[in-house]
Amino acid sequence: MAFKVINPGLISLIQDFGRYGYQHIGVTTGGPMDEHAFLWGNRLLGNAFDTAQLEITIGMLQLEVQQSTVIAITGADLGATINGLAIRPWQSYPVNQGDQIAFNRPKKGLRAYLAVKGGLQISQQLGSAATVVREKIGGLYTNGKKLAAGDVLPYPVMSPSVVQPFVSKRVPEQFIPDYSAPLILGVILGYQCDSFAQTEIQKFFSNKYEVTQDIDRMGYRLAGEPVCSSLDGIISEGISYGAIQIPKDGQPIVLLRDRQTIGGYPKIGCVTALGAARLSQRGPGTKIRFAIKDIHQAEAEQMIYNRFFGIQSKR
Amino acid sequence: MKIQPLTEDSLIVYVGEKIEREVAQQVSVATQLIRQNLSDKVIDIIPSYHSIHLTYNLCKTNFFEFHALLRQLLANLEQQSVSIESSKIIEIPVYYGPEVALDMPIIEQHTHRSAEEIIDIHCSELYTVYAIGFSPGFAYLGNTDKQIAIPRKITPRTRVPAGSLGIADTQTAIYPSESPGGWQILGRTPLNLVDFQQDSLTPVNMGDLVKFVAIDKQAFLSLGGTL
Repeated sequence: MAFKVINPGLISLIQDFGRYGYQHIGVTTGGPMDEHAFLWGNRLLGNAFDTAQLEITIGMLQLEVQQSTVIAITGADLGATINGLAIRPWQSYPVNQGDQIAFNRPKKGLRAYLAVKGGLQISQQLGSAATVVREKIGGLYTNGKKLAAGDVLPYPVMSPSVVQPFVSKRVPEQFIPDYSAPLILGVILGYQCDSFAQTEIQKFFSNKYEVTQDIDRMGYRLAGEPVCSSLDGIISEGISYGAIQIPKDGQPIVLLRDRQTIGGYPKIGCVTALGAARLSQRGPGTKIRFAIKDIHQAEAEQMIYNRFFGIQSKR
Repeated sequence: MKIQPLTEDSLIVYVGEKIEREVAQQVSVATQLIRQNLSDKVIDIIPSYHSIHLTYNLCKTNFFEFHALLRQLLANLEQQSVSIESSKIIEIPVYYGPEVALDMPIIEQHTHRSAEEIIDIHCSELYTVYAIGFSPGFAYLGNTDKQIAIPRKITPRTRVPAGSLGIADTQTAIYPSESPGGWQILGRTPLNLVDFQQDSLTPVNMGDLVKFVAIDKQAFLSLGGTL
């Protein structure tokens, strides 16, 4: 059965864990901007960690339920309702035929995730359903298009025993992030960090940077105290998730899920994966800081996280 | 060779320091060695001009172990000799006609050469695939003859048609799909250079050699080219 898209909202995309193994031919990973919220959605429903969901940016999405199932909403609070009644994110809900699921505008955070029991059933392309608009890959029609009114998003039929009696599951409070709390992003120094003078590195870690209007799934442009590398450009090389590119104007760009695979700007280092996910819930005007992070500590935290969410393959 | 950690699950191997055919060959050899020996631990691999970016699977290895394995595997890379002849040569048909060679007049003016001379020079070279990236299937090829070198456009085009063949400085490349871009366009290929429905995805791979073959309008159209 399926959800029918009544209003696609601003940008609503099908995302799974991402497309891995094709960066050597220039295909980016895609995947959820806030992986933490995405993984909780699948966990609440007992889905496999990489099951396809909807990523709803800013809001205004409206869906009609065509058969009873269970959904979970995580991530940003976009003022979601079921049949006009307000619901809280980070929780699972039963929905019945004819129900209207709607999202309004952001109250906290930017991106909400809507997971369905058993997952959205979407054809994979290069091993993933993740939508990358720029590359015209993934999504409902395997052409990288965002959701449109009239789209029909299939999910598996649930026997009534799964849905009834329904016990709602909620993420324990201590795991629910506050997307309006001050954000300090851990940075692993690397790439061309040696091309930045000590004074420049100090500037970078002691000043606040503001999220600009120029933010998308490819990257976040920040504004603040300019920092300069002694290099103009570099020989193009592979770009990590979270890499901090510093172009000539000295304003950092944090590269995210839909980043280009190779690039030629100097980079001071990389924001940790867990930090990059938190950044993606921040909108224009948010102030953020950077702090040096030890790679081994970042690795240990990521390993604990992977184990917690049952990530056995891929990243 | 230098190995540098980047994130909790990625690192970069710098094989050399310059854009050189020899370095590109070493990148190619190292990439093959990694694919053959460490593929169970590697998630993604991005070879480029002088480096190899690797994302590894934290469920199967960690930086300490992976770094040691790589060091061991690539220890004798400089001694590995791979002859250029062993690389695959891919012929790409190109129509250099006025309808598709959008920047030919600028290139003629800049190089003080006629279109015929420019096409001859462009087709006479055997190009190395130095990197694939920027967008799916976009292959960075070098080096073009200095006689036809021209800087990229100051203001990039917002729309370069798919299949367009461009030059910039001493590099040349084909845009596999329509995209913005600042390279100077001198022709168009009818070949589909990235097809997600095909297993091979792209006919051109890192380390391959590419030769451009000039074709006429009729051949271009019959091979499926569009003007």
